[in-house]
Amino acid sequence: MADIALISVAAPPRLRAGLKRGGLRLWIGAALVALLVLSALFAPVLAPHDPLAQDLMSAQLPPAWMTGGDPAYLLGTDSLGRCVLSRLINSARTAVMVALIAATLAAAIGVALGLFAGSFGGWVDQSISRLIDVWMAFPPVLLSIVLAAVIGAGLTSVIAAIVVVDWTRFARVIRAETMVQLTRDYAAAAQVIGLSRARLLRLEILPNLVPLLVTLLAVEMGIAILVEVILSFVGISVAGDTPTWGSMIAEGRQIVYQAPWIMALPIVCIITSVIGLNLFGDGLRLALDPVQRS
Amino acid sequence: MTATLAVDGLTVAIGAANVLRGISLEVQPGEVRGLVGESGAGKSMLGRAVLGLLPANAAVTAGRIAFEGRDLMAMAEAERRSLLGRRIALIPQDPMTSLNPVKRIGAQIGNLLRHHLGLSKRAALVRSLELLTEVAIREPVRVLGLYPHEISGGMRQRVLIAMAFACDPALVIADEPTTALDVTVQRQVLQLVERLRLRHGSAVLFVTHDLGVVAKICRSMTVLHAGRVLEEGETANVLTRPRHAYTRALLAATPRADRPAEALRPVPPALLEQLWSEAYRLDHVAAEAV
Repeated sequence: MADIALISVAAPPRLRAGLKRGGLRLWIGAALVALLVLSALFAPVLAPHDPLAQDLMSAQLPPAWMTGGDPAYLLGTDSLGRCVLSRLINSARTAVMVALIAATLAAAIGVALGLFAGSFGGWVDQSISRLIDVWMAFPPVLLSIVLAAVIGAGLTSVIAAIVVVDWTRFARVIRAETMVQLTRDYAAAAQVIGLSRARLLRLEILPNLVPLLVTLLAVEMGIAILVEVILSFVGISVAGDTPTWGSMIAEGRQIVYQAPWIMALPIVCIITSVIGLNLFGDGLRLALDPVQRS
Repeated sequence: MTATLAVDGLTVAIGAANVLRGISLEVQPGEVRGLVGESGAGKSMLGRAVLGLLPANAAVTAGRIAFEGRDLMAMAEAERRSLLGRRIALIPQDPMTSLNPVKRIGAQIGNLLRHHLGLSKRAALVRSLELLTEVAIREPVRVLGLYPHEISGGMRQRVLIAMAFACDPALVIADEPTTALDVTVQRQVLQLVERLRLRHGSAVLFVTHDLGVVAKICRSMTVLHAGRVLEEGETANVLTRPRHAYTRALLAATPRADRPAEALRPVPPALLEQLWSEAYRLDHVAAEAV
């Protein structure tokens, strides 16, 4: 860009204005997402215990602040005496990995096909759109289970399942928005300066889709986390001994009357993560959109 | 001398309806030609046809468009694209929407310069500053770092004019560039177009329905009605001695301070053929001679 030298002059006040537009949503969302990502990154350092170490002598301990709690196990232990806090922190790794990889891949496929359909129109658009229609009629969880059965349980199949199912979400929205943007005068003006279709899409249209894409990505990451939870709840996610929120819920479900916190805590983690991602995406969209909308 | 733009018998159809019916028109190098007519006469459609920007449902069914002697429609797509923005430029109608809303002014001008002239980032930046200075934008450095919504409509139109003239085009199509602007800004924009045209040696096809604008800056003019050329000639002649009854009606409909304007009445379809016929035009010339 020609204005590289100028950005440094103009950027700081604009950044501040952007952060202001993002508002409280952006800050709360960023804090929650940061918490999630940091615990995933530094899980080995942060976790007070080995998430797999069993201590049957202190099984089903309540959180430390409840009567009978042990300060060594801040959030208590599960039925095998494993530290719940350490398991929650380590579970974040799987969640973050699935969210990042699956959402990015789904977005890449969806954006490419959406741009393609939206800009070519005609039979290209018709075939992609019909494909999306048929695809979306398929129950996603069922498709994931089938996929897991075919390529085997594990992180790869979880990610594959999410990508295969969810690219449609991106493709549909991006296709519609591409069509809208192409009717704008600036798109015509860009054609008149002799840009080819590929350059027009990349240089002119795509930047206009960024705020939308950011929101979609954040929402998709939340959905990916949920899908991973569902799949690990039914036991077709990552290998058995890796802690995940879904498997923790499944284990806690059996002793929910004796030790409700074992099931409640991973649920709290899931909800905060998804809410955090949604808020963050929403705030980012507002902050990134240079055309201020009230 | 080869005409910069030569449109010959151009017919454009949308579905079964012809919106341009056998239009012929020439723009000589350095000439400023006004293209006037009421709404729906096909003025903008002609401009769009030259730029290859016809709507998807419109098709050229006859005629040719030659730019500096080369047939634009027979030309390979890549070759045509290399002319657009470099040799043929557009000043669009609505400055509010014709700039990309999410890109800084500097990036938009810079991309154009780098795309067509192969300038380096630094050279493009320097050139952008020159161009903005040329269109009398104060604080060009600051403006380059702004987004389109952060500057006024008049400023945006200046930026678009700067971009149109950036590569020294042979032909600039100005599609009602002053319509969306308020009157005080209109005059400045016209002066600017006039000044840049002279400096860059470009011919201008000025599409407008404002006869005052035509009188001010166009040496010659073409009057369109319902997709046909009704009259053309030197602006001074057409405006003072209109040969065609429709041109006269158009002139009478121009608001003036010293007399009330007459409403421009649409021609009933039944009379259209008559209006276009050579006989009708000659009748009037004869009537005038008497």
